[in-house]
Amino acid sequence: MATSSLAQAFGRLRATQVWKSIFRRGPARTNRTRSLAVFGNLFLHALPVKVRDKSLRVRATYYLGSITFFLFVVLVITGILLMLYYHPAVPQAYRDMKDLGFVVSNGVFLRNLHRLAAQAMVVAVFWHMFHVFYRGGYRPPREFNWVVGVGLLLVTLFLSYTGYLLPWDQLAFWAITVGTNIISAMPILGRPVRFMLLGGNLVGENALLRFYVLHCVILPLIAIVLVGVHFWRIQKDGGLTVKETFQEENGRKEE
Amino acid sequence: MVEKKNSYETGFGSDALKNPQRIVFITKKTSAKVKGDVGRQLMSFPHLLLRESIAFQVMVIVLVGIALLWDAPLEQLANPLVTPNPAKAPWYFLGLQELLHYFPPLVAGIIIPTLVVVAFVVIPYFNVNVQGEPLWAGNRALRFKVFLSILVALVAFLAIFRAWTVLVPTVAVAGPLLFSSFLKPEGQPAWKFLRTRPVSWWVMTWFITVSVVLTLVGTFFRGPGWSWVWPWRGHGV
Repeated sequence: MATSSLAQAFGRLRATQVWKSIFRRGPARTNRTRSLAVFGNLFLHALPVKVRDKSLRVRATYYLGSITFFLFVVLVITGILLMLYYHPAVPQAYRDMKDLGFVVSNGVFLRNLHRLAAQAMVVAVFWHMFHVFYRGGYRPPREFNWVVGVGLLLVTLFLSYTGYLLPWDQLAFWAITVGTNIISAMPILGRPVRFMLLGGNLVGENALLRFYVLHCVILPLIAIVLVGVHFWRIQKDGGLTVKETFQEENGRKEE
Repeated sequence: MVEKKNSYETGFGSDALKNPQRIVFITKKTSAKVKGDVGRQLMSFPHLLLRESIAFQVMVIVLVGIALLWDAPLEQLANPLVTPNPAKAPWYFLGLQELLHYFPPLVAGIIIPTLVVVAFVVIPYFNVNVQGEPLWAGNRALRFKVFLSILVALVAFLAIFRAWTVLVPTVAVAGPLLFSSFLKPEGQPAWKFLRTRPVSWWVMTWFITVSVVLTLVGTFFRGPGWSWVWPWRGHGV
């Protein structure tokens, strides 16, 4: 009778005033309380109260959008932990990488996780985008959310790119040098933009600090705002796209 | 117009305290939220949340598993005096770096990426993409001529710049495109998919194919001086 006594204990916990003060609803056994569970919760109210069973199928989304967001969450957590061990200075940044490898407990694992999730997020964001495209998810009324998504793609790429410099090893230095050299090919604005981004004409201390601030503050804030808009618009635009082939869509014209 | 006494009237005024009655006006245009056939629905709690949690857990398990086995790369301390050959950008920019090998920096580094972003943004604002009519549904002969001309021009342009790694995937997508124009509606059902693709599908498929090929080539097949190397011969990345 272990389960029933556990259930009893949980029931007693739910009857306490503290629990009630937090959740303000009964057990989620009726559709009313299940709705309350979603829209009565700050973090869940971005979700719809009801979803089409068609959009719950794995093949409808492969959960690519969710996975992209989850990867972002993993990156924020591991990123904050990495910030505790990191100085955006030359050459201390590189020494911090070595410390992560040899001094910090699980430092290698932490860095592996952050780097891996970053690469995975770039893949997931592209995959998500192409999947949405092939399902026709950009079509009205979802056209603006598609544009927000393109913005999120760019932010993801910039996040990944700015993070690339932070270890301050040869790989980082030359990847950023190659990348930022391309900017100078832009007519008129090229050199000033590159100077502004790097805080100088070469990839150096100022560039490291600027990339650090972009990577840890500015770009994540933009990403969080855009993700908020993106999620909110899914609901406002009528939920996820239900698969219709292009022809079927053509066949039944809306009036 | 004959005045008819209804149980309700319009134009009471908008003060909710004075006039508690409300009338719902249903206009011809419906909002995005009620458009379309909704179909069967389930409660997000627990159906969606359960699935999302499973997705999250599977993702974390896979991520942790790989992070335990694979190590993030770390090379020597950055040294501006020692240039590695080749110096490579992060993998997702290697497609662009591959383009830089063929085209001037202004074209490959600025114009093409800008055009790609602009193209992505404007996709939903063009009716041809929204309606998604099969490419060969309209004037087949004319469209065939147009696409053949575009293709010939593109191939010639890429050949002049010797951009083989762009040319090959372009031809690989153009082949099925031209082939699909000869498919008859009464033909094999297996070809139905190819026959009914709209132009947006073809353009996006072409873009993805070229990007994937360029990224793979840039990552694995480019060595010193951006020369072609075979990754299994040991002097690759």
